[in-house]
Amino acid sequence: MAKVTFDVDRCKGCGLCIDACPKKILRLSEGKINARGFYPAEIIDQSKCIACAFCATMCPDCVIKVEK
Amino acid sequence: MTVFEKPKSLTDAVMHYCPGCTHGIVHRLVAEAIDELGIEGRTIGIAPVGCSVMNYDYFTVDMVQAAHGRAPAVATGVKRANPGNIVFTYQGDGDLAAIGTAETVHAAARGENITIIFINNAIYGMTGGQMAPTTLPEQVTQTSPYGRKVEQAGYPIRISEMLATLDGPAYIERVSVDSVKNVRNAKKAILKAFRTQIEGKGFSLVEVLSACPTNWGLTPGKALEWLRDNMIPYYPLGVFKDKEAAK
Amino acid sequence: MSEKVLMKGNEALAEAAIMAGCRHYFGYPITPQTEIAAYMSKRLPQVGGTFLQAESEISAINMVIGVSAAGKRVMTSSSSPGVSLKSEGLSYLAGCDLPALVVNVQRGGPGLGGIQPSQSDYFQATRSGGHGDFRKIVLAPASVQEMVSLTFKGFDLADKYRMTVMILTDGILGQMMEPVSLDMGEVRQYDKPWAVTGTQCKRPHNVVNSLFLQPDKLEQMNFERFARYAAIEEDEVMSEEYLTEDAEVCVVAYGAAARISKNAIVAARAEGIKVGMIRPVTLWPFPKRLLRSMAEKVKAFVTVELSMGQMIEDVELATRCMRPVLLCNRTGGMVMTPDEIFRKIIQANEIGGAE
Repeated sequence: MAKVTFDVDRCKGCGLCIDACPKKILRLSEGKINARGFYPAEIIDQSKCIACAFCATMCPDCVIKVEK
Repeated sequence: MTVFEKPKSLTDAVMHYCPGCTHGIVHRLVAEAIDELGIEGRTIGIAPVGCSVMNYDYFTVDMVQAAHGRAPAVATGVKRANPGNIVFTYQGDGDLAAIGTAETVHAAARGENITIIFINNAIYGMTGGQMAPTTLPEQVTQTSPYGRKVEQAGYPIRISEMLATLDGPAYIERVSVDSVKNVRNAKKAILKAFRTQIEGKGFSLVEVLSACPTNWGLTPGKALEWLRDNMIPYYPLGVFKDKEAAK
Repeated sequence: MSEKVLMKGNEALAEAAIMAGCRHYFGYPITPQTEIAAYMSKRLPQVGGTFLQAESEISAINMVIGVSAAGKRVMTSSSSPGVSLKSEGLSYLAGCDLPALVVNVQRGGPGLGGIQPSQSDYFQATRSGGHGDFRKIVLAPASVQEMVSLTFKGFDLADKYRMTVMILTDGILGQMMEPVSLDMGEVRQYDKPWAVTGTQCKRPHNVVNSLFLQPDKLEQMNFERFARYAAIEEDEVMSEEYLTEDAEVCVVAYGAAARISKNAIVAARAEGIKVGMIRPVTLWPFPKRLLRSMAEKVKAFVTVELSMGQMIEDVELATRCMRPVLLCNRTGGMVMTPDEIFRKIIQANEIGGAE
């Protein structure tokens, strides 16, 4: 089962993962701020994830772990 | 089964770079290469002066922090002291192509068996966005507020092409990190550069076209588009020197 | 009595470095010290070492930083204008607490100056010669034998205290030839657990660094460094006394100037003038205590320098200006005769008592 996990407090809300995701299933959280004061990225629908790891490839901060 | 996780050769520290700064991507690619080649225990990195001055906190390998521009000379010393070590420098455009031009050119000319990772983002990030030797004509920066005028400030330097005219280097490639496809190619180039050193083949340099969203005044996503539309045409991607392939 | 061999100062210094276990040399040609580089280019490959003619003195000092960080003995040499280029590197060496040996074979200055000998880099050498609070041990040979012995000792001091040792010499000593003994004894080995040699994945990584953005941490680094310097000032002062027991006038001179002064002192003694000399061998740490006690006995000092007067300030400071300090000097590559020093000694002798 494809799964992405976000290390929420590492995220700086840059949005590069959101742009990269071919399934368009990532977004910046609304209203939830992490320990650094950013709106972290989160996954909308885990079931649509194909574990392509495009998001993790573009992430500058090693926020995302991808499992299959 | 894990498909993607933080490489071992990167520490757990959260990097201080701006949101969307591509330093983070390139640090990760270097660490992945070190992991995959199994050289973590014998690698030594040389940190520059610039935004990545503190990258000694981000790599788990032994590190030396060098004066601005001097990393290739320091790397030469470290490598000559213990040739069994794998030595890399990680430098920005001011470090490598302004103050450090002589050190860069001569390490390349000597065919020093080291690996240089050159981060070209066409601007001086750490000091607040001044013009760099690789700033494009008409590009607005803090010290070219009317745009870089070539009549007054001259032309940008294409480092990869310039160094490729020397007989010393073994492998020079220019890559970009503006898209998943290009990030994956960048990783291949970085792996090849380290392999060049491991096999004792000589000097390798990977020029990585990178973004500086903060000083370009763009969002991270728009910054990568700007890179694609403006930098890649001026600094074409590709291999400029490959002694292996030339054989 | 060990065998002696006739050698040129610059080459004797280089051979001493090889004997001290130095296997890396980086340098750039500049008169009057190029023989050091040329000698090393022949000798180092013979002993499996690395000689590299760097693209500039700046690159050379940074290559020194690299080898030193990797835990090996290393040196560079230059002359006055080239040493100026190394200022940044010397500051980084200090900030990283790295051992290194740096040689300055002084020539006339400032600027491009001349190629004849001088001692006009005394300030640059002893006041650290780079930005920030730091010191380097400065050793001043006055013979080709001392070019050997002080270079050999210099590497030991550098490793022991993790700092730069500078051999401050001049074109006269670099170019002259004298018989020397090369028997310097055992090379002491020092553990360098801080060196960057690769973690082997068995230890946390070592970081050789001089950047400390937290001011309290940077201050602490400076305090610790200066505590080491205080120990050096206690333990490592070296100087030579010549005819000082009954002296009423004291000459202070180092290097080539001290050699010429000896002739003048002999001539003055023949005229009945009770004159002696203190020859500092360590310019830093300066023989302050010795000078202070000499100031109790003599009526005046004469510093003899191939400069516009730089060491004279250290003599005045060390003696707390208790006695007049006269200056006998030539510069620009001109060298004083014993007679010029002799006449200055007579002048000092006629002062008779406090100012």
